[in-house]
Amino acid sequence: MTSTLTISHLTKRFAGVEALRDVSLTVEAGQRVALLGHNGAGKSTMMKIILGLIPFDEGAVTVCGAAPGSAAARAQVAYLPENAAFHPALTGEEQIRHYLSLRGERPAQALDLLARVGLEGAAKRRIGTYSKGMRQRVGLAQALIGRPRLLVLDEPTSGLDPVSRRDFYALLDDLAAGGTAILLSSHALTEVEARTDRILILSGGRLMAEGSLADLRRKAALPVAISVAPAQGQKAALSAALPMARANGDGRLHLDIAQGDKLAILARITGLPQVEDLEVIPPSLEDIYSHFSRRDGQ
Amino acid sequence: MNRILSTAGVEFRIALRNRWVAIAVLLMVVFALVLAAAGAAPTGDIGADRLSVIVASLTSLAVYLVPLIALLMSFDAIAGEVERGTLPLLLTYPVSRAQVLAGKLLAHLAILTLAVCAGYGAAAGAAFWMDPASVAGLPALLRLVASSVLLGATFLGAGYALSALARRPSGAAGLAVGLWLGAVVLYDLVLLALIVSDGGGALTTQGLPFALLANPADAFRLFNLAAAEASAAAGGMGGAAAAIPLWQSALSIALWPLLALMLAVAAFRKVTP
Repeated sequence: MTSTLTISHLTKRFAGVEALRDVSLTVEAGQRVALLGHNGAGKSTMMKIILGLIPFDEGAVTVCGAAPGSAAARAQVAYLPENAAFHPALTGEEQIRHYLSLRGERPAQALDLLARVGLEGAAKRRIGTYSKGMRQRVGLAQALIGRPRLLVLDEPTSGLDPVSRRDFYALLDDLAAGGTAILLSSHALTEVEARTDRILILSGGRLMAEGSLADLRRKAALPVAISVAPAQGQKAALSAALPMARANGDGRLHLDIAQGDKLAILARITGLPQVEDLEVIPPSLEDIYSHFSRRDGQ
Repeated sequence: MNRILSTAGVEFRIALRNRWVAIAVLLMVVFALVLAAAGAAPTGDIGADRLSVIVASLTSLAVYLVPLIALLMSFDAIAGEVERGTLPLLLTYPVSRAQVLAGKLLAHLAILTLAVCAGYGAAAGAAFWMDPASVAGLPALLRLVASSVLLGATFLGAGYALSALARRPSGAAGLAVGLWLGAVVLYDLVLLALIVSDGGGALTTQGLPFALLANPADAFRLFNLAAAEASAAAGGMGGAAAAIPLWQSALSIALWPLLALMLAVAAFRKVTP
């Protein structure tokens, strides 16, 4: 079976500046993929190319077996823009009915769709009176139309409260279970960690890292921090036994060790009689993200 | 087709809520009634029925008002979508840009037709009430309605093209006002100046008919005045109307909407969201 989305050696320049450089990736049916990167990393540019909204300079992009932006691709791809906007004079129901008609679906499904995103009570009100979170949900409702094969979501959870976020990811899980490939962008690794199958980190237009969270953790090979509490009155003796540790004001000793040495060093520390307790602190998600997204200068 | 109709339905609803429908209808009705009252005087002298005279007056009114209303409705069509940020999402839908424009055109043309029919209808009603012989002017009125709708379509298309070129509503509004002034007001003044300086030379005899046909607003005037044969009531334009065959002005007002819409689609295709 072919991938829902295939990008190979994609390069895009804006007035001579490379916004994307030699990016290659695939997204399979039913996969949830997070695209991470800070502002200007090229996330939105890549999404617009996938949607066929802007042309690209080099490489090849195939969306559902067709060219991006072609009628065949547009019929199978749904999009939720960052800060989804709609005409303020229309009601939520009218807007969704219109989008249903544009996709060749029955407009009568509009209320069901709005109910799925929790907007059934506001369906008859004009969108001009909606809050940002409600507009975002109208955007999500239109993205659910007709079970798309590829769903492209640009910062989908900005403006949603934590409860709405959970409902939102539950909707995505349903879609992915039905075979929809999902590509979503985000600023924060902490938010997408448990809800996506694969993570792509984009920085300065280049794909810096790709894989599951465990893969990224391994590839980053960031040092593990160990904090050791000495037994009563044994601090000096412990310091002598662990010369690479530094002492902080909290009376504990701290070590930063490489992943590969972790087990050996732990075995050594636990064997020392002067140790009362110890804590192992793995690198945080933010550390991993920073590690991959800050290499652009090199 | 469903996509075009759905777009048209949404656009009509938006225009209704933004009061554009009410403004367009009111504008046409008020001006048409004023003309019907004011244009009643000369009937006795020229022996035409009252409606034919009113049609000649309405022609002079429509040549200003119809392009104005059309441009007011259309300048925001694409620039507004760009500014609101609704365009990128719309363009990811399986609907072509030509279909989007066709939907908007359908809605705006329906509003314009409504306004034109209400305005001319009110004036015609007044004419029938004062002079039952006005029935003779009915064909001229129908021609005026049809040509007004075509004139409106031309300026709607031009408005969409300017809207796509400007990409910002404020810029599009400026361009629309400029087009209105240029095509409807200044164009004739420039022609007049040329005729005066030319003193009846080749420019006047050969260039003028072409110059008049090349402007949709002038072609509209020529068509209605020549067709209504009430040129005497319309003064200046009458001589020109008699010199240019009816089919030529009819062709001009029929071709202009197509040209304007092709321009609009071409300009819209150049917009990258």
